[in-house]
Amino acid sequence: MSYCRQEGKDRVIFVTKEDHEAPSNAELIADDPNDPYEDHGLILPSGEINWNCPCLGGMASGPCGEQFKSAFSCFHYSTEEVKGSDCVDKFRSMQECMQRYPELYPQEDESAPQGGDETPSTDPLAHIQDSDQGSASAPEAVLASEDMSSTDHSATS
Amino acid sequence: MLTEPAFILKSMLKVQMSWPQHISLKVVRSHSMEDLFFCISAAMEAPVDALPEIPAHAPYLLIGGGTASFAAARSIRARDPGARVLIVSDESDLPYMRPPLSKELWFSDDPNVTDTLRFKQWNGKERSIYFQPPSFYVSPQELPRVENGGVAVLTGKKVVHVDVRGNKVRLNDDSEISYDKCLVATGGTPRNLQVIERAGEEVQKRTTLFRKIEDFRSLEKISREVKSVTIIGGGFLGSELACAMGRRCKSSLEVIQIFPEKGNMGKVLPEYLSNWTTEKVTKEGVNVMTEAVVKNVSYQDGKVVIKLKDGRVVKTDHIVAAVGLEPNVELAKSAGLEVDSDFGGYRVNAELQARANIWVAGDAACFYDIRLGRRRVEHHDHAVVSGRLAGENMTGANKPYWHQSMFWSDLGPDVGYEAIGIVDSSLPTVGVFAKATAKDTPKAATEQSGTGIRSESETEAVASSEVTPVAAAPREPQQGEEYGKGVIFYLRDKVVVGIILWNVFNRMPIARKIIKDGEEHADLNEVAKLFNIHED
Repeated sequence: MSYCRQEGKDRVIFVTKEDHEAPSNAELIADDPNDPYEDHGLILPSGEINWNCPCLGGMASGPCGEQFKSAFSCFHYSTEEVKGSDCVDKFRSMQECMQRYPELYPQEDESAPQGGDETPSTDPLAHIQDSDQGSASAPEAVLASEDMSSTDHSATS
Repeated sequence: MLTEPAFILKSMLKVQMSWPQHISLKVVRSHSMEDLFFCISAAMEAPVDALPEIPAHAPYLLIGGGTASFAAARSIRARDPGARVLIVSDESDLPYMRPPLSKELWFSDDPNVTDTLRFKQWNGKERSIYFQPPSFYVSPQELPRVENGGVAVLTGKKVVHVDVRGNKVRLNDDSEISYDKCLVATGGTPRNLQVIERAGEEVQKRTTLFRKIEDFRSLEKISREVKSVTIIGGGFLGSELACAMGRRCKSSLEVIQIFPEKGNMGKVLPEYLSNWTTEKVTKEGVNVMTEAVVKNVSYQDGKVVIKLKDGRVVKTDHIVAAVGLEPNVELAKSAGLEVDSDFGGYRVNAELQARANIWVAGDAACFYDIRLGRRRVEHHDHAVVSGRLAGENMTGANKPYWHQSMFWSDLGPDVGYEAIGIVDSSLPTVGVFAKATAKDTPKAATEQSGTGIRSESETEAVASSEVTPVAAAPREPQQGEEYGKGVIFYLRDKVVVGIILWNVFNRMPIARKIIKDGEEHADLNEVAKLFNIHED
């Protein structure tokens, strides 16, 4: 049974695990997937890619941003049997660009980056968008778990 | 953008090759032509020296080099292909994040931390406080001509005048830069106490107003050299610094914290929780003096002497004043921007726009929040969210502030919370708590994921690790175990406008949803169930 007390204007309730076992009867308003105000995940309701998705980290905005967008767009819209197989040139171009900035785009086998990092895993600004993550059909590496800022507090904000 | 006249011109010029090389064109002070002339000179491949150090025009000009500006720059680059973004910062550092300056950097074991400014993140990986290393940016000089655009940072320069009708700014060195879109993200300056300002040079040179990298470096050095530091202020910054220094310098430094409220975070947390937090801060080695109002400060016999109104006296070696932030609104007059008299800062609409082609984001923005009303927010995540939104709107999005920003604080290993919305202790609150077990601290949360922030010795046990009894009848909570973890709702006219997640992590999306709905809930315990506070 929960226990409750009032401290002036502030109410305090203590609950055991059993107290909270029954499902909540609080009502939440259903979300409108086409709400223009909402931040969307990687894919917008129109099907387009949201280049501003925090989940991408700085990939679309850095020095190789244009190459990244080109390659990733190609992949996203590719209808080949092996998705993206028609985009090899663009990915190569992106890779060449990224190799010129090893500080920003460390290679897979390198140790932790020296400075800031374009990749989402340590991006200080990236958000994990709550539910829309799942709808992305992007290569795994791009959607590595992200970090919004210095602490785990923001990891799923 | 492909329709940009400069782009078309550049392509045309490449065909025409009859121009002599190295033409240096006089810069014409008419901004619509600015871009064209620069592209001409770029197409002629003028040597780099011929290009001015400070570009005469920037399509996107961001005033201020902090978090909001950086977030806007990134947003603009994501949405406008090839965008050229110029950040003008009066600091000498490239954009960096502030939270680690009062938290993680103090916990680092690296003796070179003041040089490297690197810290360990939640996932165990190290990173720098700088958002990006220098190689990410292009030079201001090259910004107008670099092929895919980029972000340039002009450091050590201050914008002193904005000509809104002429769409241009003037810097402190008298150079002028015209723009198409402008962001004001000037942040704020730490407030000082009048008693300190009146106290003379000897006191003032022993006082730190903490905000920037140089303040961290200076205070870190001081904390190793003096015997006693006193922090004035009981809010986020003051409490975090007190805990950080108390913890880092336990045996060698006396850390005192004084403030007028009854407990730490007294303006944010309901009284019972503020009291509980104060106890925890004390356990971090801080001598907390509550209900302390400073009457005067002087320098006597080699000590800084702080006299309180109630007669108490504090003798210390150094003061850190953490008594709030004054938003930087010096540009209001020249730019004809409205300043808000209730909250301070530049007044902007829900889309963060102040005037034609001018947006404001971050600490300096007093904006209209459709759900919660007009407000001004001084947190890191707000700088990120508002900076990103301003960048979107500068590239044509026209979206209002909608995605609520959050904030967090860690006061030692046992007290960590995340919060969202309006969290003001003057509002009525409803707090729903579970009894905490050893598993429910920020330290434990990271350890469980296999990525401990710092190692702890085995003898450093966490208190109150009893197993929750299966009881049908209510049980009076025991001392010290009361507010281990839970969720606190802040109400305004029966609607939840703010939520604190107390030692409960990874639930922010639910909290955000409840605020967004803005519904009246008859039983907040039912709402609390949504958070599953008993689980990890």
